[in-house]
Amino acid sequence: MTDRSNTFKVDYFQFLGVDGNLVQGVKVPPLAKDLDRLKELYKLMVKTRVFDKKAVALQRTGKLGTYASSLGHEAAHVAIGSAMKKEDCFAPMYREYGAQFCRGVEMSDVLLYWGGDERGNDFKNAPHDFAWCVPIATQCLHAAGAALAFKLRKEPRVAVSVVGDGGSSKGDFLEAINAASAYELPLVLIIMNNQWAISVPRSSQNHAATLAQKGIAGGLTSIQVDGNDLIACLWAMEEAVEAARAGKGAVVIEMITYRLSDHTTADDATRYRPDDEVKAAWEREPLIRLRRYLTQAGAWDDAKEDAWTAEATQEVQAAVDHYLDQVENHPQPVTAMFDYLFKEPPHDLIEQRAYAEQYPEDGGHH
Amino acid sequence: MAEITLIEGVTLALARAMEEDSSVVVLGEDVGVNGGVFRATAGLQQRFGNERVLDTPLAEVMIAGMSVGMAAQGMKPVAEAQFCGFSMPMIDHIMCHAGRMRNRTRGRLSCPMVLRFPSGGGIHAPEHHSESPEALFAHMPGIRVVIPSSPARAYGLLLAAIRDPDPVIFMEPKRIYRWQKEEVVDDGEELPLDVCYTLRDGSDITLVSWGAMIKETLAAADELASRGIQAEVIDVATISPLDMDTIIESVGRTGRCVIIQEAPKHCGVASEIAAGLADAGLYSLLAPVKRVCGYDTVMPLYRSEMKYMPSVRRILDAIDAVLEVS
Repeated sequence: MTDRSNTFKVDYFQFLGVDGNLVQGVKVPPLAKDLDRLKELYKLMVKTRVFDKKAVALQRTGKLGTYASSLGHEAAHVAIGSAMKKEDCFAPMYREYGAQFCRGVEMSDVLLYWGGDERGNDFKNAPHDFAWCVPIATQCLHAAGAALAFKLRKEPRVAVSVVGDGGSSKGDFLEAINAASAYELPLVLIIMNNQWAISVPRSSQNHAATLAQKGIAGGLTSIQVDGNDLIACLWAMEEAVEAARAGKGAVVIEMITYRLSDHTTADDATRYRPDDEVKAAWEREPLIRLRRYLTQAGAWDDAKEDAWTAEATQEVQAAVDHYLDQVENHPQPVTAMFDYLFKEPPHDLIEQRAYAEQYPEDGGHH
Repeated sequence: MAEITLIEGVTLALARAMEEDSSVVVLGEDVGVNGGVFRATAGLQQRFGNERVLDTPLAEVMIAGMSVGMAAQGMKPVAEAQFCGFSMPMIDHIMCHAGRMRNRTRGRLSCPMVLRFPSGGGIHAPEHHSESPEALFAHMPGIRVVIPSSPARAYGLLLAAIRDPDPVIFMEPKRIYRWQKEEVVDDGEELPLDVCYTLRDGSDITLVSWGAMIKETLAAADELASRGIQAEVIDVATISPLDMDTIIESVGRTGRCVIIQEAPKHCGVASEIAAGLADAGLYSLLAPVKRVCGYDTVMPLYRSEMKYMPSVRRILDAIDAVLEVS
């Protein structure tokens, strides 16, 4: 018996090196020359990071609940959102803010959700997208179901979902791969391999050489990309989304990145993660290399960086102000928990709602 | 007008719903060419094609999860779990997503899906094929739970379940799939999803049951009638939301109540009904409320399954105990 489990090849793509130069000897896609677009996406990456830092600060000062940071994932997230069309459908896990901002989700939505207010899930400008999904990997099947709906209705739409390296160990993810293969679904599944599932490292999930190869087992085109390289992520996403849209089947993309933050603000990664590893990961992070690339190409400079950071900071502050105004001055009434459970609430729920109205502020002590 | 069985009522409702709404899609294991292991989807794929009746890979989590995704994107999936025991892996998606989608998104997305499965024991099936898990689903916010006990109610309630804008668990009592035939008019008329059905009027005692136990409950009522005791028999039909008003009104007239369920006793639907009577019907009660239930044990393998389930004799003994109180 010969072990062939790791003898096949999973292609790996990186176009933009850590030093901000295009990788030599590799055929770089044309989008690497689209500086206007790359600049806009870089700006969104910066804004996402400014937002993320502010959200963590809000949690630390008691103004936000537990928050899942996106620090270090900005290139991958922005690429996902940028490659999708408005009419496509995104089923995120719970930290893909850069992707969601591309799709019209507001920064204040993110704050409302993590601030304990369901109104954050009512994406006014991304009406078909799924909300954040805490039960790990379940979103992969929701995206598969969405993709099946699009296929059955013959709509040229694609569903995209993201799962973590930890989530790739779950049955839901594997069943989504299987379903995508069985029904030839217009689906793109992204494994956001950030090396850590809370405290469990990638190496403990399994000993397969790649996570992408799980897609190969299901018969899907499956690749790896440098998840900190915006150009590689964007190229892979655009290829995958358009292949799926063209009826060529689903694609699995493993984006290799690093969770530079704690798992959430409730976690302390210093308990289980060596400082050296984190320090090394900062050398590979996605913003600086793209900034170097754009700067070398003459599309960006320090003055622009400062101006944009200031502008982004203002925009983030406006979102924070809106969030705080909502939760402090316009909180949801106690009846809100009854009003969206059913389209037509059953009579016993109507009775409970009337009862709850008599106790609008009751319930425990903080 | 044809006389049909309960399972034929299911098939008739599925066909009707598919005919009237192109977003209705049936999916599950062996529901296509095979027509379902109990024949509930017989002929549907031939009639509506394999894009309306989808055989799925053998993956229950996938069936539930993709149904959630389809429903949230404008389809009306009617998914089948082949047996009650195989609904267990689906609970994550039912509880954590189907029941929460509308609430989670403040009404932006919804989940109009039906999950049907045959439930209950009594057909000599293997392990995991004979359970009655309605209380598990009835405890989930945002989920309706329906169990028909006649061909007409199977037809009318399933139509209502499919047309409902929210998720419905539709449990089919397989022991009585082919017990009775009755005339069912395929007129597209649905039945309400929030009321009990009084199957028999009586003034001496109220018997409350649902699903396949309606058979033993009606037999007990027949036995009582031969003794000159008139039992009112109520089929709960919709487990969630629970129509306590009909039960309380009946007990207000009879003063006595026995609840019969096949599922285990502890924390079951019978207990919820008994609690509802204690809350709002106590002063009309002339005797304690009794529950006749399956035991709080694992459903035994088939040689012992009838020993587990409430028998007419057990029901009558409980009734006698309630009637003895003066």
